Amino acid sequence: MASFFRYRDERIAIGIVERLKRLLSGHLRFMHVCGTHQDTIVRFGLDIMLKEAGIEVIPGPGCPVCVTTPYEIEIAVNLANNGKIIATFGDMFRVKGVKSSLADARASGASVFIVYSVSDAIAIASEHKKKDVVFFSIGFETTAPATASAVLNGVPENFSILSAHRLIPPAMSALIEMGEMRIDGFINPGHVSSIIGVGAYEHISKRYGVPQVIAGFEPIDVMYAVYMLVSQIMRGEACVENEYRRVVRYDGNKKAREVMNAVFRAVDVAWRGFPVIKSSGLQLKRTYEDNDALKRYEDEIDEMEQNLTELTEKQSSEATCRCGDVLRGIISPAECPLFGRACSPHRPIGPCMVSREGSCNILYRYRKSSRL
Amino acid sequence: MCLGIPARIVKVKGERKSLADFGGGVMREIDISLVDVREGEYVIVHAGFAISVIDEEEAEETMKIWRLFSDTETSELR
Repeated sequence: MASFFRYRDERIAIGIVERLKRLLSGHLRFMHVCGTHQDTIVRFGLDIMLKEAGIEVIPGPGCPVCVTTPYEIEIAVNLANNGKIIATFGDMFRVKGVKSSLADARASGASVFIVYSVSDAIAIASEHKKKDVVFFSIGFETTAPATASAVLNGVPENFSILSAHRLIPPAMSALIEMGEMRIDGFINPGHVSSIIGVGAYEHISKRYGVPQVIAGFEPIDVMYAVYMLVSQIMRGEACVENEYRRVVRYDGNKKAREVMNAVFRAVDVAWRGFPVIKSSGLQLKRTYEDNDALKRYEDEIDEMEQNLTELTEKQSSEATCRCGDVLRGIISPAECPLFGRACSPHRPIGPCMVSREGSCNILYRYRKSSRL
Repeated sequence: MCLGIPARIVKVKGERKSLADFGGGVMREIDISLVDVREGEYVIVHAGFAISVIDEEEAEETMKIWRLFSDTETSELR
């Protein structure tokens, strides 16, 4: 396989910045919607390099754990407290729901397992036949096909799915519609795109006139994607280009999409920091009702909801955490008064500091001593 | 969780499973039901599932374009 050397060749990055400096006079703001892009950008200091050329690259709602609402987490916590085994990805463990986190539930005796894959969760269900196992399934179009594939393949009777899956393109449209800031272009997530393909974003460029480039995750991938965005703007075009051709095909992964569409249906759902976004969430289709935790434990969840109504009023204490604003790109993590003071990865307040894909966690990890 | 990692398909074991080499001595069984893949090819693995096969020719093409940027004398790009 091609060497990783060139993907990280600083001379190429400098070459791109120099060319951008010559091309540009004003200021441009690009947004990406992927935690892994943010990791690459901060880790390699690409944001600092690009700033010199007048380009700002900001993170949007690209962290699946972060965009999951406290209400969804509270359902998982409640099910755990009611004796179900909850299996979920590690980043979700410490994020607080309305009242508490899955970590809190485990501390008070509930069974919560951290898994790497839906397959691990199914294995837990096979091992604990007398217990109900719920897989709290989160993630964008990259993880939803895996969950769907497992369901299609048949799961144990004591296994169900609590789906908090979400779709990226509707959130991108929502960001533009909300109009809180100018976005001159999008850097689109490479791996989500490997599933949904180039065509899945075209309506966004057509409708809003915003350029988009699908990018890989090595530093030069991101730098070159920025260059491609600037070139589009210079040409006066707005279309979807693909920088990550080694992984993303125009049509995406048809097989994965078929599997995903066979099991899930799109529903309107709220994202943390966002109002309800139309057709941006995935829930199990009626055919798979038996595997759907929302249906299987409907009564329990209804009861929980009634108890919550009064509590949500008191949520103003959370108002100091500005995770929602970070997810919409309104502020950078360092602009939150809690960042690096009351809130750190060791004692996180909001999900953007808990998750390794969260912008606050990433900034803290790579530049904790500074307030860049 | 949402991190995609490249791995090489080492041994296909039936329709869904394959042994994959993640480099650095890390071998793991992954699910290959979402892709059409052969032994020796590289894939992107997400949460235990291969989601895309890496096209090595495209990777080389990308490198060729990038190389132009490290050459300060080049006038091919504007």
